Amino acid sequence: MIKENLSIRKSDVINRRMFIIGAAKIVIFAGIVARLFSLQINENKKYLTLSDKNRIREWKLPPTRGNIVDYFGNIIAGNLKVYQLHIIPEQVENFNYLLVRLKNLLNLSEKKIQKIVKLKNKLKPWDSIIVSENLSWSQFLKVNNYLYDLVGVKPVMTISRNYPFSEMYTHVLGYVSQPNEEEILENDIVKERFVPGMKIGKLGLEKTLENQLIGTNAIQRYEVNAYGKRINQLEYQKGLQGSKIRLTVDTEVQKLSAELLSSKAGSISVMDIYTGDIIAMYSSPSYNPNLFLFGISQDEWQLIRNNPLKPLINKTLSGLYSPGSTIKPIVALSALENKIINPNFKVKCTGKTELYGQTFHCWKEKGHGFVSLKNAMKQSCDTYFYEIARLLGVDRLNVTAKKFGLGEKVLGDYFDNEKRGLFPNTNWKKNNLGKGWVLGETLITGIGQGYTQTTPLQLCLMTAQIANGGYKIKPKIIVNDDPLSLEQAKNSMELQSLQKSNTRLFNDPKNIRIVQEAMFSSTNEQFGTSYRSRIDDPKYQFAGKTGTAQVKRISKRERELDLKLEQIPYKDRDHALYVAYGPYKNPRYALSIIVEHGGSGSKAAAPMAKELFKLIIDRDELRDKQSNFENINI
Amino acid sequence: MFQRDRLNSELSFFQKIKEMDYTLLICIIILSIISLLVMYSTDGGEILYHTKSHFSKLVVFFPMMILIAFFNIRHWHTFAYLFYFLVMLLLLYVSFFGLKASGSQRWMDLYLFVLQPSELMKIAIILCLAKYYHRIKIENVNSLTSIIFVLSIITIPTIFVISQPDLGTSVLIVLSGLIVLWLGGVRVKYFVYSLITFLISLPFIISFLKPYQKLRILTFLDPDRDPLGAGYQIIQSKIAIGSGGLDGKGFLKGTQSYLDFLPEKHTDFIFTLFSEEFGFIGSVGLLILYTVIIFRIIRIGALSRSNFSKLFCFSFAFSIFIYIVVNLSMVLGLLPIVGSPLPIMSYGGSSMLATMIGFGIVLSAKINHKQTIA
Repeated sequence: MIKENLSIRKSDVINRRMFIIGAAKIVIFAGIVARLFSLQINENKKYLTLSDKNRIREWKLPPTRGNIVDYFGNIIAGNLKVYQLHIIPEQVENFNYLLVRLKNLLNLSEKKIQKIVKLKNKLKPWDSIIVSENLSWSQFLKVNNYLYDLVGVKPVMTISRNYPFSEMYTHVLGYVSQPNEEEILENDIVKERFVPGMKIGKLGLEKTLENQLIGTNAIQRYEVNAYGKRINQLEYQKGLQGSKIRLTVDTEVQKLSAELLSSKAGSISVMDIYTGDIIAMYSSPSYNPNLFLFGISQDEWQLIRNNPLKPLINKTLSGLYSPGSTIKPIVALSALENKIINPNFKVKCTGKTELYGQTFHCWKEKGHGFVSLKNAMKQSCDTYFYEIARLLGVDRLNVTAKKFGLGEKVLGDYFDNEKRGLFPNTNWKKNNLGKGWVLGETLITGIGQGYTQTTPLQLCLMTAQIANGGYKIKPKIIVNDDPLSLEQAKNSMELQSLQKSNTRLFNDPKNIRIVQEAMFSSTNEQFGTSYRSRIDDPKYQFAGKTGTAQVKRISKRERELDLKLEQIPYKDRDHALYVAYGPYKNPRYALSIIVEHGGSGSKAAAPMAKELFKLIIDRDELRDKQSNFENINI
Repeated sequence: MFQRDRLNSELSFFQKIKEMDYTLLICIIILSIISLLVMYSTDGGEILYHTKSHFSKLVVFFPMMILIAFFNIRHWHTFAYLFYFLVMLLLLYVSFFGLKASGSQRWMDLYLFVLQPSELMKIAIILCLAKYYHRIKIENVNSLTSIIFVLSIITIPTIFVISQPDLGTSVLIVLSGLIVLWLGGVRVKYFVYSLITFLISLPFIISFLKPYQKLRILTFLDPDRDPLGAGYQIIQSKIAIGSGGLDGKGFLKGTQSYLDFLPEKHTDFIFTLFSEEFGFIGSVGLLILYTVIIFRIIRIGALSRSNFSKLFCFSFAFSIFIYIVVNLSMVLGLLPIVGSPLPIMSYGGSSMLATMIGFGIVLSAKINHKQTIA
């Protein structure tokens, strides 16, 4: 019985203590339920978001670049479907076998194979390796035929930049290619939208207008597992194509320019003298921008790089040339404006002139005799311009030249390879060369030699501003949102002629007319330097000025020899230049032509103008119709 | 005397069946089915390795539990010390010849499955101490010899388990043992004093922890200090549970587990997956199921005539309670991560074996609740 009692006492203790922890247990379970409640009910949204963040990953696809079209809506930089071949390593059963098969199918080089193997080791197994960025259609078919045997290979259709006119617009558009790290970091938009395989503008407008052209990424949302492997696609969000850019250029004129300059080094620029629209801008030789899209081969690159005609240089914008006699209209205008001479001022040309014991030759050894301004311009008499330059002085000449756009960038920031050129004055020489100006230098500046350096586009702008009656225009290559119509442009110029504004480049409109007439005679009157290239039909009739820029000082012996062009080594031949505008009666377009080492302007450059004006003026009406572009469907 | 003799005599098979606690049995069956479904979900909705293995363990251990239930509780009393001693031997064995995995040595290969003796120790220590307090005179409970004896019963296996190293299981062994001490009548002030001593020496104890264990504590205090490293498990676990919401993402639709964001989803973090797929409602339901099981065991203890049965049932009930609390607190970010399975739900043979033995003994206590033990 005692034992029984003890046992009962003990069980009392047990029961009592059980009760105490039983109470604790309820409290603790309640605590856990409370915690569950706070996580699952109160903070559900937060954790749901976190869970989605975990499982959903976005894949950006390369954006589609905006098209670039010419004035008539022809696509000059577009997009093309390309066929690519990707390998997804984790799906491949036997990598070596696959490589051998692909090597035979596509004629891959040993180097390429090694590159693929390297990539495979670097990338995650579910990242695709791009074997070929641009398969030909027949290759694509071949791969598709053998697909059953090529496990892990994925033929992909994607979009790539394409330049349908290949080398025609290279110096205007530039090209796109894969960016390097620096280029990605430089541009925030590129940085944000960059995906492997995306290409960016490397040069020209493709580069300058990158942020407008680039477009937005298409986005694929995938559910991924903890290791980042894609499980299934949830959503596809289409990207927006980059903006369409319309240029002022006319492909037909551009084409003709390219033809005229084929196998020559040089440049042709054509400009609307009222609106400043650049109709054509071609630098020869050019190269095919499509070569750069998928990485240019070493051989092709060397071929371009080592071409003695220097296709990589955009001669229109960064080629610096002595303007030669094409500067003479500006010299004449400056002399008239500064009232140094009147139109009847005459100089006797004996073929040379002497200054402080130095002889300055006219191109015509026998001399021109007594010449007036008009005749001097017409026959490009150097002695006459030596004389008026001497009377005018370089500083006054410099002011006029600057007004007409020499020594300044024409297109501003659109091309980072555009050069300013140089038009000297006395201060410039003192500051930059540390020497005083010598009068002899004024003389040669007066015939466009010496320190003066101009780009072909500057000469074109200069001519356009003479042609429009002496008004400053803003050259442009992109059609902006609010383009100036011809009437508006003319009206604003008329308005300017009444008031003295800084866009009016003359004091007396008569002076401009005198220069225009002189240029007319140079082309359309007998003995004019470009008389042989004239068009008599007033519809096409144009006025111009030839120029022949010396590359090298002519020695006395050479002068006596009077060598034929073919007898002079290519490098030493003169550059041929020609600036002109037309139609003379109602001018609309100006152009500048330069043929490097082409010999004389009248023989090498002026004949091209004839061809160009025929085409440009024929297309004038068409162009006017296109001005209200947005209403026309392309 | 006659009556007692009759009571002490063996019950017939039908009497045993009649005395079986069916509520508890059904709860265990429901829990097993839930565990199978969840295991099926961890396999990504297919019957793969874990599901098959879990199922085969249930198939073996559930009948074993029934078998144990039909044994008289008296036998467990008789062999309690021996059982403790045998498990102790196994612990000794694994600490020298055990299988090593991920830096610890706590398993032995039994060909059919890999046994973790420390899990069995959780039951053995309760059996052993229950027998001790059943037999000792109540006056002697707080004597120095008694205290030293029971403390060594707890300490010796704990040292072995800590050195494996396995902090989680050793903590659970200590707690299981302490519960029996508490129920056995050890003075409250001893508990209070030791708690105070423990808290004071806590920083000192922490300095003895292994670097990875310290890291777990640091991570617990601030999971965001290393979200992809040490804090990853707890952050992902909280995301899974939290994103489950009221009614869960649906069976087999838990993205966190399906997409492999959940670590250890078969074992210690099984509740996370369950909670993600079945939400707050499912989680509370599971807690209720566990609560019913625990109270059922307590009820059996209360019904039992022998103090051995009482002590065992109460202690076992509270052990299960502690396993659950430690596991859930861990996955809910309330405690540092210590390895501790969720009874029956978690994948793992030893834990299930120990739990099923415990349930078996409890059921036996129910069948023999009128049994007294001398």
